[in-house]
Amino acid sequence: MSALLEVEGLRTHFLTRAGVVKAVDDVSLALERGKVLGLVGESGSGKSVTGYSIMGLVDPPGRIVAGSIRLEGKELTTLDREAWRRLRGNRVSMIFQDPMMTLNPVLRIDTQMVEAVLAHSSMSRASALERCREALARVGIASPDERLTAYPHHFSGGMRQRVAIAIALINRPALVIADEPTTALDVTIQGQILFEMQRLCSESGAGLVWITHDLSVVAGLADTVCVMYAGRIVESGPVDEILDGPMHPYTRGLLESIPSRNVPGRPLAQIPGMTPSLAALDAGCAFRERCSRAREDCRIAPATTRPGPARTLRCVHPLP
Amino acid sequence: MNAAATPLMEMRRISKRFGERPHGRFARALRIRPVPAVHALDDVSLAVNDGEVVGLVGESGCGKSTLGRIVARIADPSEGERFWKGRPYSAVDARAERLAVQMIFQDPYASLNPRMRVAEIVGEAPVVHGLVRRAERDDYVAQVLARVGMDASLMRRFPHQFSGGQRSRIGIARALAVRPAFLVCDEAVAALDVSIQAQVLNLFIKLREELGLAYLFISHDLGVIRHLSDRVVVMYLGRIVESAPKEEIYARPNHPYTEALVMEVPRIDARRRRYVPIRGEIPSPLAPPAGCHFHPRCPKAFARCREEAPRLREIAPGHLSACHLNDGPP
Repeated sequence: MSALLEVEGLRTHFLTRAGVVKAVDDVSLALERGKVLGLVGESGSGKSVTGYSIMGLVDPPGRIVAGSIRLEGKELTTLDREAWRRLRGNRVSMIFQDPMMTLNPVLRIDTQMVEAVLAHSSMSRASALERCREALARVGIASPDERLTAYPHHFSGGMRQRVAIAIALINRPALVIADEPTTALDVTIQGQILFEMQRLCSESGAGLVWITHDLSVVAGLADTVCVMYAGRIVESGPVDEILDGPMHPYTRGLLESIPSRNVPGRPLAQIPGMTPSLAALDAGCAFRERCSRAREDCRIAPATTRPGPARTLRCVHPLP
Repeated sequence: MNAAATPLMEMRRISKRFGERPHGRFARALRIRPVPAVHALDDVSLAVNDGEVVGLVGESGCGKSTLGRIVARIADPSEGERFWKGRPYSAVDARAERLAVQMIFQDPYASLNPRMRVAEIVGEAPVVHGLVRRAERDDYVAQVLARVGMDASLMRRFPHQFSGGQRSRIGIARALAVRPAFLVCDEAVAALDVSIQAQVLNLFIKLREELGLAYLFISHDLGVIRHLSDRVVVMYLGRIVESAPKEEIYARPNHPYTEALVMEVPRIDARRRRYVPIRGEIPSPLAPPAGCHFHPRCPKAFARCREEAPRLREIAPGHLSACHLNDGPP
């Protein structure tokens, strides 16, 4: 049995007037059914564009210039518009950071949910509505009947995100891509959403790609982690190995800058400098300007090595 | 509160209501109905001592930002009194003292005028208030920028030419330029990436050591609060539910809400955990529940919690909590 999702050598570039922005530059990852992959990076690292590429949502001037994306063995990069339309919202779906991006503010919840069902299967409106009711109940919305006739602005942020999740899961997708869905939510609501996502994915056997900047969320949720920096995956592997024994200096830097990992009141270990502009990158390691271990040979593009059976690393001078 | 000396800043029984309409003769003549007011703050008292860092935690809508703005004089309370070094705010008139409380905002872009250069943003207030002469402004701005780790050569630039972390530093420099003793930081690092957030938090720690500043550090992030604060104050729906020294509140949270907050924070060492959420959502401040505001979500609530609002009282030295369970189980 092949993996659920296999991405190989994906390059998504934005051809702008200022030059080619290599937002995603040679990214490879794989995900099994029922597993959670955490895609971690800071702003501008290309983690969201990776998600959009898998969903076929890259708009000009962006373009997938190389690589392959296979879902259940089927190549996605060569699909036409109609094939994508049948796939999206059905076999693959996405949850966004801001649920108002997925919900139409002038349509009632039932209209939007029924539309998502009928777009992919032929059934009566009544049975579609029944499915919507079940979907809302599944994500923990009380009295779904009343909620179905409400408008998005009647809901709180956390409830809206639940509705967006219900719509994403309504056609029982094989793959769900979640782009920072809890970042805008309060701690107690974030806990509730994480709980629901964890339960829904293990119940339905869907694979989940969780895109986030927050390593602590990944720690609680993911099976494997990919750390992105400036368009590349610099390190990936099982969550315990990455968080307990990071080999890339950037991963360690990220882990050490989390306040709760440090002695309170003492200065935090910090990564100097800031993320480089993606338009001005050369072939070498993009992190070398901020890295204390950088040497002359970091100017050459570091190849991906396999330091462990399930790990990858892109660093010439890894941590021991 | 428990300090022997006069606190640097003290808020006594502060309430703040928004959306109150006048209901006098005029309003009646115009048939303006009194609208329900949002109780943003309900009888809140808070003191910060000289050089102390108080962390204020809570979720959206709990009133933490409103309290911060009242402390920083950006808003006025509906009821209650504010004191600076033991004197009421209204009686503090020396300019230097009025400038002593400064605020740092969450979004460093929205709080910087996009049409002003850094030298004007940072240098305007000290010149207007006569702290430096206009001719010496640029030298002074250079000093302040150096303090926040920025190069003086950047002062001719506009805010849009900077990254998020640098904009934060400009916001901090602007506050420091009038030589405050006390900073109110409202979600000052929430919008920053982890590696940049660490840099700015380190800057706050350095400034505290160098200048002896006191902070009211408002955040929803318990990790950040734990790192920076001496004392932690937890708010829920307009009331303070718990207040304790930092180590105490993380080791022995007393209020069920604090307990839930401490439990639900995602942590690096908690792998593939089963999330056990607290039920429900934060109720609307337009119609807060009777009794203890937390009772509809509280796993330990009993009859009394639905009727009577618990008072904040000392349960251990320096540890205050507002929960009926401290009077013994039902």
